[in-house]
Amino acid sequence: MSDRFETHEHDVLIIGAGGAGLRAAIEALGQGASVGVVCKSLLGKAHTVMAEGGIAAAMANVDAADDWRTHFRDTMRGGKMLNNWRMAQIHAQESPDRVRELEQWGALFDRTESGEILQRAFGGHTYKRLCHVGDRTGLEMIRTLQDRGVQMGFDVYMECTITRLLKDGDRIAGAFGYWREQGRFVLFKAKSVVMATGGIGKAWPITSNSWEYTGDGMALAYEAGADLMDMEFVQFHPTGMVWPPGVQGILVTEAVRGEGGILRNKSGERFMERYDKQRMELSTRDVVARAIYTEVREGRGTEHGGAYLDISHQPAEYVKRKLPSMYHQFLELADVDITKGPMEVGPTCHYMMGGIRVDAESAQSTLPGLFAAGEAAAGLHGANRLGGNSLSDLLVFGRLAGLAAAKHASSAKISSINSKQVDQAERDALQPFQQKKGESPYAIHRDLQDSMQKLVGIFRNKEDLERSLGEIDKLKQRLKRVSVEGSRLYNPGWHLALDLQSMMTVSEAVALSALAREESRGAHSRIDFQNEDASWGKKNNIIHREGEAMRLRQENVPELPGELKQILAEGK
Amino acid sequence: MAEAILQIFRGDAQGGAPQECRVPLAPGMVVLDALHYVQAHQLPDLAVRWNCKAGRCGSCSAEVNGRPRLTCKTRMDALPLDKPVTIFPMKSFPLIKDLVTDVSWNFRVNKTIPPFQPRPGADWKIHQRDVDRVQEFRKCIECFLCQNVCHVLRDHDKMEQFGGPRFFVRVAALEMHPLDGASRAALLRKELGIGLCNITKCCTEVCPEDIHITDNAIIPLKERVVDEFYDPLLMLVRKIRGAKQLPS
Repeated sequence: MSDRFETHEHDVLIIGAGGAGLRAAIEALGQGASVGVVCKSLLGKAHTVMAEGGIAAAMANVDAADDWRTHFRDTMRGGKMLNNWRMAQIHAQESPDRVRELEQWGALFDRTESGEILQRAFGGHTYKRLCHVGDRTGLEMIRTLQDRGVQMGFDVYMECTITRLLKDGDRIAGAFGYWREQGRFVLFKAKSVVMATGGIGKAWPITSNSWEYTGDGMALAYEAGADLMDMEFVQFHPTGMVWPPGVQGILVTEAVRGEGGILRNKSGERFMERYDKQRMELSTRDVVARAIYTEVREGRGTEHGGAYLDISHQPAEYVKRKLPSMYHQFLELADVDITKGPMEVGPTCHYMMGGIRVDAESAQSTLPGLFAAGEAAAGLHGANRLGGNSLSDLLVFGRLAGLAAAKHASSAKISSINSKQVDQAERDALQPFQQKKGESPYAIHRDLQDSMQKLVGIFRNKEDLERSLGEIDKLKQRLKRVSVEGSRLYNPGWHLALDLQSMMTVSEAVALSALAREESRGAHSRIDFQNEDASWGKKNNIIHREGEAMRLRQENVPELPGELKQILAEGK
Repeated sequence: MAEAILQIFRGDAQGGAPQECRVPLAPGMVVLDALHYVQAHQLPDLAVRWNCKAGRCGSCSAEVNGRPRLTCKTRMDALPLDKPVTIFPMKSFPLIKDLVTDVSWNFRVNKTIPPFQPRPGADWKIHQRDVDRVQEFRKCIECFLCQNVCHVLRDHDKMEQFGGPRFFVRVAALEMHPLDGASRAALLRKELGIGLCNITKCCTEVCPEDIHITDNAIIPLKERVVDEFYDPLLMLVRKIRGAKQLPS
């Protein structure tokens, strides 16, 4: 069997080469493990590259009063207390070290007058906390990590997609996938696997996410028997582009508001006064997204169905220096000069708070040997993520996952590859070629996106969610009849047909969890249950597989120890 | 509805030819939107590499009407639509399929460049003006359009002797990092072959990030190499120092 496929063996196999995957790889390499990194795109193109505003870390370079306790409190409050407290604590405590480390590896951040790393304001953060490089912080981060990892000597498998995790009994044994270029299959044997596959935005049509964000990591982990958690919490970023049609959903960084940008409706009213008088534009993302959506729905939207976001009161040179990408993006794609006039913005599907359920200290999933970090993992952000907490999440938990994965690999027994699993994975991957005149993967994808946008969007209700589950069921049936044209050589239709499997799984998990949670909390807003419900505030929704069926259960949110409760009670 | 006619290259390493496709125009449409339309409606297996669709990742490079560009930033309404729009893969890299080329050579070159090495005793206080100076180079999104258009690579195939503009930009980012203590002059001269560049500025013209590749990266690096290897005074110093190190 092994000689049928190209085979690679590593102590630690990392799936995904964004910030979390690269940071995990660096740490595992540092532990002496042999590390393979698999990514669907070329190295350096992962979604981290799109991150704009900055990395949240309580370094207190600008606001001396900041410390990890305040960052912890902001994160928990932003997440509506559904966060895993231990993750929020580790994250707040370790972020500054992770940023300093990045700087020692060559990243260059914007500076304060005295030469320290400059920090900017962002929604939900009490103090100026985001370390940044203009509005291209993610690019700086991914290049730094990429070059560090390459120099340390990890093996990178670029443009390679994993379609199945392989198990030996209850343990992880490796992964099966294909090279996108030639369409050949490839087998990875590994003692530990780290999921760093990012989010699920491509299940919605209006999204800031690229084609890669199809929920592969979550779906593969679920299929292999790991728990998913908090899947109802999908973040719609308040400010995506709305016009022209081709750019709809492309992100407009929160840094625009961090630098003083003002939101207005079509009659010029600064409407955030009615939604969050205290924090205004710098309220949390869930609040601002709902505010814009409501303004549009009630007839106060702009010409193309959004809100105006205006930074033109700041000096033109300042805008170009602090927000260069935004300046060019609007000028080139929308014919708008943001130093002279307002942008039109509206909510866009941006980030998944939920994901693979992990242990806070080790990032291990409920499946031994399977780890997860970054957007693919759940817990840190609870019901709503604060801007800037994602890049720090990638670094802090990427490192912990790499550490634990290497440790696990050093003591794990050699697993054997089950040839039946491999044969099945091969058959499943080739299925779309067997069927002639079936459904087009592009049509199925479009219909899934339309259904998720309409029925599982910012505002939800029981009828819509039940209908969406019915729609997903029908789409799953259609996917069984999907057929692709052409050969296996770099065939995007085939790739989409396989990615759709993951999108179906995560879409079902989102709808099922959203239907169960009969309250509104953070990013999850139910029109039929508009308030927070204290009893739901103590529960996480857990998704797991039982045979072929997706099951949902509730588990209690871990209770905070006394000293952290004290921190939360302070600063009110 | 108004339509555009595209001539999209279809083929693989064995050869190929452009294929005509018709696409309905929409306001603000970019070439990548048109390619996605073609995938969804006409050629489901059309190979296109892309990611962010926002000019940040540098994946969707191609030659549109003969000009190397990011297809996600090339507006259809900026092209003459009274004749077909030609969309071809980057010429300098081996073709995989349709618009996708094998750019792995670039990753191999990158691996040869010594990483950032902080000067011993650095206190990590940096002035914004020192940051600003190198930010230009750090903006590079690795679209490889500069590599594609550089005649040393495109017309003379000097992949083995020449690193190309992208990697001069990368070396410039490292060399001009305010706290870097390494020297990459020998690498520039030998392995990266900077002397082969005769500053025609083709790279600068196609850079979607407006990096002044020739003026701000390549020329200062050429000067650095000259200082280090051909400056008579420095050569003398090196000779004396070198002699001292010989065993007596």
